[in-house]
This record gives sequence, C-alpha cells and structure tokens, in this order.
Amino acid sequence: MYVYNENDQKIIEERVAQFRGQTDRYLAGQLAEDEFLPLRLQNGLYIQRLAPMLRIAVPYGLLNSKQFRKLAHIARTYDKGYCHITTRQNIQFNWPQLEEVPDILSELAEVQMHSVQTSGNCIRNTTSDQFAGIARDELEDPRPWCEIIRQWSTFHPEFAFLPRKFKIAVCGTEGDRAAIQVHDIGLQLVKNDAGEVGFKVLVGGGLGRTPVIGSVIREFLPKEDLLTYLDAILRVYNRHGNRSNKYKARIKILVRAWTPEVFAEEVESEWEYIKDSPAKLTDQEIERVKGFFTAPDYQSIDDSAVEAELEALSENNIAFGKWLQRNITPHRVPGYAAVTLSLKPTGVAPGDITDDQLEAVADLSDQYSFGEIRATHNQNLVLADVKKSDLFELWKKAKAGGFATPNIGTLTDMICCPGGDFCSLANAKSIPVAEALQRKFDDMDYVYDLGDLSLNISGCMNACGHHHVGNIGVLGVDKKGEEFYQVQLGGSSDTDASLGNVLGPSFGREDMPTVIEKILNIYIENRSGDELFIDTYRRIGLTPFKESVYAKDH
Amino acid sequence: MPKIIKGNQIVDDSWIIIEKDFDGELPMGKLLLPLQYWLENRENLQLMCTGLWIDSDEEVEAIGFEANLFPLIAVNFPAFADGRGFSTARLLKERYGFTGQVRAIGNVIQDQLFYLKRCGFDSFDLKEGTNLEDAVASLSDFSVTYQTSVDQPEPLFRRS
Ligand code: HEM
Ligand code: SF4
Repeated sequence: MYVYNENDQKIIEERVAQFRGQTDRYLAGQLAEDEFLPLRLQNGLYIQRLAPMLRIAVPYGLLNSKQFRKLAHIARTYDKGYCHITTRQNIQFNWPQLEEVPDILSELAEVQMHSVQTSGNCIRNTTSDQFAGIARDELEDPRPWCEIIRQWSTFHPEFAFLPRKFKIAVCGTEGDRAAIQVHDIGLQLVKNDAGEVGFKVLVGGGLGRTPVIGSVIREFLPKEDLLTYLDAILRVYNRHGNRSNKYKARIKILVRAWTPEVFAEEVESEWEYIKDSPAKLTDQEIERVKGFFTAPDYQSIDDSAVEAELEALSENNIAFGKWLQRNITPHRVPGYAAVTLSLKPTGVAPGDITDDQLEAVADLSDQYSFGEIRATHNQNLVLADVKKSDLFELWKKAKAGGFATPNIGTLTDMICCPGGDFCSLANAKSIPVAEALQRKFDDMDYVYDLGDLSLNISGCMNACGHHHVGNIGVLGVDKKGEEFYQVQLGGSSDTDASLGNVLGPSFGREDMPTVIEKILNIYIENRSGDELFIDTYRRIGLTPFKESVYAKDH
Repeated sequence: MPKIIKGNQIVDDSWIIIEKDFDGELPMGKLLLPLQYWLENRENLQLMCTGLWIDSDEEVEAIGFEANLFPLIAVNFPAFADGRGFSTARLLKERYGFTGQVRAIGNVIQDQLFYLKRCGFDSFDLKEGTNLEDAVASLSDFSVTYQTSVDQPEPLFRRS
C-alpha cells in the first residue's frame, strides 16, 4: 500500500493547521456561516440532524491495521464508540464535536489519513475494486492509478470550486466491481490492439435525482496521458457545467445536454493544448507509485491439499461451509483467498462497526492478512490475502467478533444509507427498513436459495444507498409528511449496468417485508434453474411482480 | 485609498472598476473596463492606462492573444463558490501567454487565495472587512503542491 513520503505528510499536516485556523475563525465569529460551509465540507464535515458528521477519506478503500486502531481510538474518544463504512469506501463518524474536529484530523494525520475533499463541490475520493491486485480476472492493478489520481486531485488549484461534486472510479477488470458506470468519470484499464495497457474513459454516470449510466468518450487513452486528459475533462466541466441550479449541476447533465459526442470533442480539443505539458506522466513516476503495490510475501502452497482439508472441515461444520461459500473470493495466488467480513448482521445498521470490532479486525489482519484491510462499496470489509489453511481459525475468530455472518452478496447483505435517523435531507428512515427485512428473511437457507441478489435502500432521492442499481431498490419518499417507500426492480451496477424501474405506488414501512416477500415469490415461481433474480427480472419484466404486489386481496 | 494584496504585500490601489451597464463618458484614471464594453468600443478607445475585467461566465477566448494589450486583467467572482475564474486565469497565463497582472475581484475569500495564486492571480481585491494581514498569511497555507500550476509549471513528480 502507498506510504507517504515527507511531501505527502507535510501537505496533510499543513491542511490540519489550515483547518484549525478556519475552525477557530468560525468559532470566534470571524468567518461567516456561508463561508465556513464550503471549507468544512471540503474537510468532510457536514452538520447533520443531531451532530456534525465527519467523513474520512479511505483512498480506494485501502487501510492498514495501524489506521484501524487509530479509528478505534477516535471512535472511543471523540464519538460514541462506533463508525460507519460508506458506499464510497470511506468512513464516517456520526457524533464528533465541531471544536474537536481539528484534533481528530491531527490524530488521523499521524497515521497518514485525512478527510480532504470527502464532501463539497470538488474532486472526491477515488474508488476502486475491493479485490484490486488479487483478482483473477484483473488486467492490471488499478490502485497505483487511483493513488496517482489522489495526488493529482488533492488541492488541485483549478478544481476546488466545481459546479458540483465529482467522483472518479477505476477498475482493472472486464467485469465492473467499482460501479464505474455510475461515476462522473469511470476509468477501465484495457489493452489496445498493440497490446499496450491504457484506459477506457467514461463520463457522465451518476445516481442521485437523475440516474444516468456513463458514456464512453474514449476507447483507449495511453497511460501517460491520464492526468492531462482528466485535466481537460474537468476544465470543460468547470467552465461549462450548470452553476445556477444545483440539481442540474452534475457533469452528467452537461454531457446529456451536449451529447457525449460533442462533449468528447470539446475535451479532445482542450486536451490538444495540454497533452504534452509537464503534467504528462513520466514512466518514472508510474513505476514509483507501482512500487508501493507489489505482491506481499506469499508462500508457495499446494492448493489441492488445502482445498481437500477445507472440504473435510466444511463437511463436519455446516456453518463454516456456508461461510466459505458466501464470504470467500478466489485469489490469483494458489493457496490464498480473500475473506469478506460482513458488517450486516441482523440488528446492526448496515456498515456500522464498533471500536472493539475495529481493533479485532486490526488484529485479524495482522495475524492473517499482512496487516491490510479493505473497505468495500457494499459496506463490508475485506481481508485480501488469507492463507486457505488459516481460514477455519479466522472464521472462528470472526464469528466471535460478530462479522462472520455468511451473507455476502445475498439479500441480507443490504446497502443502506444513514437515512432519517441521522441525515437531515432524508424523506424517510432507512435503517429500520433494513432491519425489518433482515428479521423477516432470517432463514439462511431461504436466502442462499435466492442466491446473488442486491437490495439497496436510500432515504431520499440523493441515492446515497444506490437504490437505482439494486436488483431491488427501496427509496424513501415523503407523502404529506409521512414516510413511504417506493420500490424499484431491475437495477444493477455490474458490467451490464442498468437502472431499476419503479414498481408502482409506494408503501408504508410496516408493509415492506411483505412486499419484498411477494416480489421474491414471483422470482422463485418463475426462475429457471439457477437463474439469478436479475436475469429472471430481465426475462419476465415488471408486470408479474406488479400484479402480485398490487393484487387485491380476496 | 482602497487597499489590495499584490504579490505578498498590502498596497494602495487606484484602479477603477467600470460596471457592465456603464453608459456615457468614462471617468479619468486607471480604468478596468468590462470585457464586452471593450469588444464593442475598442475602435474608439485609447488603451493607455486601461485594464479589462472578465466576468465568470465570459470566455477568455474573446480576447485571446490580445490580452497582452493590457497591463492588468481582472477576473470577477460573483460568488466565491463560482470557480470558473480559476480556469480563466490559467488560460490567460498558460494559453495566451499573458504577462501582465491578473487580479481577483468580487467575492473572493481568504481561504481561496492559495489556489488563486497557483492559477496565476497575483493581486487580490478582497471584499471589504477582510483582515488583509491574515489573508496574506493564507497565501502560504501550503509549502508543497502536487500539480502543475502557473506558479510552478513542473508537477511534484518531475521535481523530486
Ligand atoms: C448523513 C449525511 C449525508 C448527506 C447529507 C448526504 C448527502 C448527499 C447528497 C445531497 C447527495 C446527492 C448529490 C448529487 O446528486 O449531486 C449524495 C450522494 C451520494 N451519497 Fe450521500 N449523504 C450523506 C451520507 C452518505 C453516506 C453515509 C453514504 C454512504 C453510505 C453516502 C453515499 C453517497 C453516494 C454514493 C452518493 C452518490 C450518488 C451519485 O452518484 O450521485 N452518503 N449524498
Ligand atoms: S440518500 Fe438521502 S437520506 Fe440517505 S444519506 Fe443520502 S441524503 Fe441522507
């Protein structure tokens, strides 16, 4: 993982000092509320319903055990003993005191962390695939590129006051695990006919009020040109994006208004001017950053022997077998596996983790996975480099820690935003819906039988819970001051991304479990063989679901 | 006389901003003319002691290489969150080789000065009531930067 040098460290420390000064000026009444607002936002500080909310950047989701222990300390000292993993691989604290935020940032700086540009109308944290570097289907590790983008975007002087927030995601695989199609810029590492690796560039994807799948504006961008091309896109957007209506200010609206073709032409002509400027990447820099993402010290292991052992263990222990089935991802190195620790046990807000759990995970990572931990955009954690021979032991410990729920990728592995319990923009609560559904569908065999299925919940149309790209999406709506929930079906953020379609009129909260059950029943009745929910939906369409859910009871 | 920040100094300033809807006879003195006014009246104007100001929604391409006719070009920020002026200044400096003074006017706040300086601004007419000493200090909020910029064309990776 990337390690700060003196320069990186200095920049972060100077930021802490700068923010301390701004906070002091604000508290002393020398900085107006509306002037402090964008400054605190650019440091991840929202003022929410109950307290400020501090969002901490986790560049492309990668953390080490030392950072985890620091987060545990912060949760314990400055918050109520827990934090929250977000759908953009970041970490949020829900209860910090404004006065203490500079101290929190200064503690974070000690472990090379910060909250720079985690909100506000600027370039946000770059996200990636949680299995980067270990995935079997990977063309090239996307993380060095994310780091290069992180440095380029950190305090970029020209793009700190964009029309709206700006999110970039990078993936290194054909199959998209980083949701690049619903980002302002999506970058996919690809190979051209000459065998060179570069980027396919997508722009204008996004969720929120106007969900859009991004458009490809360049099939192949040579690697060295990455930053100048990003500069060109951002400059076109900075100059021409809508600034009068914040609901029309995202780049997706500009791309749609101009058409992707015209937008691409504008970018290309801007790029002509700057492509050979000093901003062009050097091989040396690319190699320097890549040097931080080399393979850890893997042992050579006889994979078939450990596989046989695992099989024997899971025959004697069904719970372990299920966990292997759902929470383990194949690794490109024989004898190793990636383990997903579930932060979705029933009764806990999806993505929440306590101080003790943070420490427990830090210990597990030190013991079993080279001290590294990854946050996923599904709000779980990954230990990416576990020896298969350690899996049984790890499972027992994870179970004791409360994060071995064997539900990854299933119905109960829901994505859920903080909603009305915390968020002042909410139309409705979302956490209680997630909990009611988890309680309703607590029969694991039933859930396994449903197979891969994503259920995403947002408390309002800002779509922090990615409801548009859930196979089943739930959206909180407000009807005359009462909380209701709209259901959408057919969304997906995989390679063949699609946006969900609205089922029909919305439901009260107490009806939600039954509504979802009816939907699942239609799927079960109609699926052929192992067909996944999304495929059945695509084959049979919305109507059968609609008929069942809205059928009049006789 | 009004004070502005120029370079790292607080200095007196006598430039007069001419409003967009100005009509009639121009006053005497060092004038900052609205871009559109200049485009429409350039034939009749005598350029001595004249500068230009560009609004956030105006395109710097309209003057392009003619920028160097002026000793000073100001870029207006109608609201501090309107970041178009950052691009305007970079284009003036980097694309059109403008060598004169670039001034930020309008609702610029202290905490933007560091970014503004990097984009090529070298004088700052801050809104009334700003503590200019503090503002000057903000010009050096950071001592290291990653990207290319007007004041440091080589990105960090080419320097270290
Ligand atoms: C509680 C405080 C929060 C507030 C006030 C908030 C506010 C917003 C708003 C206003 C948007 C829409 C922006 C737009 O479309 O231009 C948005 C989008 C988003 N939020 Fe949040 N959010 C909060 C928490 C979260 C959390 C906890 C997560 C992760 C679980 C999250 C993830 C996202 C994501 C992924 C989007 C992007 C949707 C897109 O692509 O446009 N947010 N948020
Ligand atoms: S989706 Fe709405 S309710 Fe949920 S966190 Fe985002 S803004 Fe708040």
